[in-house]
Amino acid sequence: MATQLKRTELIFKEDVDYSALIHKIMKMGKDKFISELIESGLKGRGGAGFPTGLKWKIVKEDPSPVKYIVCNADEGEPGTFKDKEILEKASEKVIWGMTLASYITGAKEGYIYIRAEYKYLSTKLKIAIDRMEANIKTLGINFKLGLIFGAGAYVCGEETALLQSMEGFRGEPTNKPPYPVNSGYLGKPTVVNNVETFVNAMIIAEIGAEEYKKLGTKASQGSKLFSVSGDCSKEGVFELEMGMTVQQFVDEFGDGDTKAVQVGGASGFCVPRKEFKNTIIGFEGVPTGGSMKVFNSSRSMYNILENYLIFFEEESCGQCTPCRVGTQQLLQGIRAVKRKEKPKTYLDELLRLAYTMKYASKCGLGKSVGNAFRSIIENFREEIVY
Amino acid sequence: MISNNEEFISQLADKYGRNRESLLPILHEVVDQLQYVNEESMVNIAKELDISAADVYGTASFYAFIGTHEQGKHVIRVCQTIVCDMKHKEDIVDAITELIGIKPGETTHDGKFSLYYTNCLGACHKGPAMLINDEPYAELTPEKVKNILVSYMKK
Repeated sequence: MATQLKRTELIFKEDVDYSALIHKIMKMGKDKFISELIESGLKGRGGAGFPTGLKWKIVKEDPSPVKYIVCNADEGEPGTFKDKEILEKASEKVIWGMTLASYITGAKEGYIYIRAEYKYLSTKLKIAIDRMEANIKTLGINFKLGLIFGAGAYVCGEETALLQSMEGFRGEPTNKPPYPVNSGYLGKPTVVNNVETFVNAMIIAEIGAEEYKKLGTKASQGSKLFSVSGDCSKEGVFELEMGMTVQQFVDEFGDGDTKAVQVGGASGFCVPRKEFKNTIIGFEGVPTGGSMKVFNSSRSMYNILENYLIFFEEESCGQCTPCRVGTQQLLQGIRAVKRKEKPKTYLDELLRLAYTMKYASKCGLGKSVGNAFRSIIENFREEIVY
Repeated sequence: MISNNEEFISQLADKYGRNRESLLPILHEVVDQLQYVNEESMVNIAKELDISAADVYGTASFYAFIGTHEQGKHVIRVCQTIVCDMKHKEDIVDAITELIGIKPGETTHDGKFSLYYTNCLGACHKGPAMLINDEPYAELTPEKVKNILVSYMKK
């Protein structure tokens, strides 16, 4: 029984008069809009899920005369391509979302940190930025927006690494605290939000928290873009309400022979068929930045896990030992088990290593390697061994 | 005597500034113009920004898209991550190898092409995918990739 998924069409809706919308918020007042944003329950759409309203509030209340707004467009999570789609189809909405953040927090400068792989979008973005900067003059907002390009480093999607990269250093994550909201770009209070989060802030500005909350569930409000790929009946970017089960998702997008769904990219979780019905996609179940990769029964889970580990081993920034050595050992370990150089019980040792990485790694990269590793080993152990 | 490189880097510093945060934009443009950041450029960038050359190298070598070794005029990056892998990215690489005679990690003798594997390009739904310099290409077939490369050979 296929249940209909709840589709929404808010994110790519472009027929909005953005300067009129900002004008409306200016009349409403900064504090009122922040309450609205908090009330809406909007959580960061990059994957970590920090409440957006709270983030803006902290930066707004900081007395520093210099503050920054940064859009994290360093979309590198395997299987994620929704930010690219937003930047292609709704770039104005992102830019105005950043303008809204600038008005609310009092930041006068902002940057879009965009991965080098998306450099071809820069002309389009520059035109949209020029148009916005011309428009806000009449509103009396002073906000300058620039583009900064990444250079092929997945870890720079982690906000502290992103800030390091923006400052011209190696993209190595730093310890938190201090958090970017207190000490971000060049040591100043900084709002760092994902592309989709800025768009959602504009949606809330348009329809209000009350309407927004009607979408999704109590823990996961609003709609979400999903990047769907793999063995699917249809691939692409789809806007859906959060809170569906993996089964509902598979009924809609699977090819009829779905064995597993990787929710949240290489750093997310692998959900096997037997768990489809009782796994909710959202913050109350498996959270996702939007990556949904579908695998059918012709796929070897060993190959998938090996591919992920090659990815992590290459992308680990190398500064902390648990992640640098851990990613290498996990990769060598599963290869050794596959070649029968190690007994199958060696996988249990590797699981303990993944557990250690989760607690001892410095940033989200090393902490999340164990997610896919554990969920694939625990559910598909025989495919790894034989 | 001022070498050309010194002048070139100095112009970039005028354009992007001489702060630490100017480093990445400068490195990007050096790659755009010279294909990779050679030793001479690193030393000159260090002078302009008043940091050590080791620091410039340390930063440049961190980033996969900032080449620090000689590479071709056209850099081909084929996505190796899972969905492109499932969609037979190796057929794409084989077609490239067959046409221009290089394997991933190599550069053609005429200095025209370099070939690398890269991580997720964000085109999983349209895989297999690759980048040539800044230009993305998706839904590739061995036939299609050969036509694309031929168009670059003429450039």
